[in-house]
Amino acid sequence: MLKVSQLTKSFGDQEVLHGLTTSFPDHQTTVILGPSGSGKSTLLRSLNFLERPESGHYDFDGENLDWSQPIGNATILQIRRHTEMVFQGYNLFPHLSVLKNITEGPIHVLHHEKAAAQTEARQLLAKVGLADKANEYPSQLSGGQSQRVAIARSLAMHPEYIFLDEPTSALDPELELGVLKVLLQIAKEKQSMIIVTHNLAFARQVADKILFVENGHILFDGPNQDFFGTQNQRILDFISAMTFSDLAEN
Amino acid sequence: MWQIIQTASPQLIKAGLKYTIPIALIAFAIGLAIALVTALIRLSSKRGGFLAIKVLFRFYVWVFRSTPLLVQLFIVYFGLPYLKIRGLSPHGIQLDPVVAGILTFSLNTGAYCSETIRASILSIDQGQWEAAYSIGMTRTMALFRIILPQAIRISLPPLANSFISLVKDTSLAASITIVEMFEVSQQIAAQNYQPLVMYMLVAVYYAVFCTVLTWLQGYLEKVTSRYIVAK
Repeated sequence: MLKVSQLTKSFGDQEVLHGLTTSFPDHQTTVILGPSGSGKSTLLRSLNFLERPESGHYDFDGENLDWSQPIGNATILQIRRHTEMVFQGYNLFPHLSVLKNITEGPIHVLHHEKAAAQTEARQLLAKVGLADKANEYPSQLSGGQSQRVAIARSLAMHPEYIFLDEPTSALDPELELGVLKVLLQIAKEKQSMIIVTHNLAFARQVADKILFVENGHILFDGPNQDFFGTQNQRILDFISAMTFSDLAEN
Repeated sequence: MWQIIQTASPQLIKAGLKYTIPIALIAFAIGLAIALVTALIRLSSKRGGFLAIKVLFRFYVWVFRSTPLLVQLFIVYFGLPYLKIRGLSPHGIQLDPVVAGILTFSLNTGAYCSETIRASILSIDQGQWEAAYSIGMTRTMALFRIILPQAIRISLPPLANSFISLVKDTSLAASITIVEMFEVSQQIAAQNYQPLVMYMLVAVYYAVFCTVLTWLQGYLEKVTSRYIVAK
């Protein structure tokens, strides 16, 4: 179980997260929704220490960290071993082949045997539907393929949690579908995931739990069906804006 | 004229092989090492006592970029013998001319190349660092496995510029008594009274070496750009 409490984060003078408290259950998919600039990506990045909150507590597998205190590199490395980030812009390593992108972590960070790491990488590539792309370079892939490689790269580390920061925002709908299918499959396998997305239909399908963040506050924190069945006007407005129902009615 | 070229060439080539090329190669190799260390120190985020080291390296880059190379050579070769520090160098520091030359050229090219390397590292997308951190890499590991291999590709053309400049700048070593290629051409010109032919000839030899380096640059660019494939 991953929990945060009273998480506060500022950029310069501007506080963007105002003391958030929530939890991300194991083997479930938590989707973070909210308008642009609401702080949802910052929240996600804080969980992987890519952002450093000024205060609050971080509780992961019984290890409790206080963000207001200095946290050693060793601790951060330890946490990152158990968590992986999938980025909006893929961030594949362009100088490495697709296969090496996936084996880089297992071989050089986890010190796995090269042959075993490669075998697993090929299996993961097959899983994301890219078995034939092992020897290509990222510059030869489409956006959707790149993101699927990035997902395979994160799976290769056998993380407890995968964090996905708007994984399909840079993709056109046709390519998006391929990535979403892969994520649904992984969710079915009970991989713990936290996904920031703008795609409501996908959120509805994949989420066990939904967080709705606005202006650095959590407005909703609960099960999927409660979110989509809410009477909260602000959330209803958000859902309606995101599904273009207004547009259809007019 | 053909005969002048024929008699002078062996001496010029010999001086080139003995001094110009080795000095350029050694100085550039040392300079690159200095440049990498300098760039990494200047890019490091550490504060505290480390700040003093950062300031020191910044000062080094400033000094060597702000003063003429010829003056630097004179200070190291002709000036240091007068640097008499009790207990440390009571009789001054008298360096062999080749050592003084290599030292100065290394420090000079190191200062310029450090800026090239620093800029190339900064040009790599922050997302590459984050992806490396995300798979559990330390900063050092991310730097050497992910960032530098990409930065090298970007820094190749400006580094080759520096190397080619250095090759030509080794002609300044003549002024600190090193009998390198240009010095030999001056000596021959003084004997045969053919300065035009002699200086044209030595210019050609410099150009030949720099052309080889240009080819080498092209080859290295190709190798390091292998991963950039058109879709």
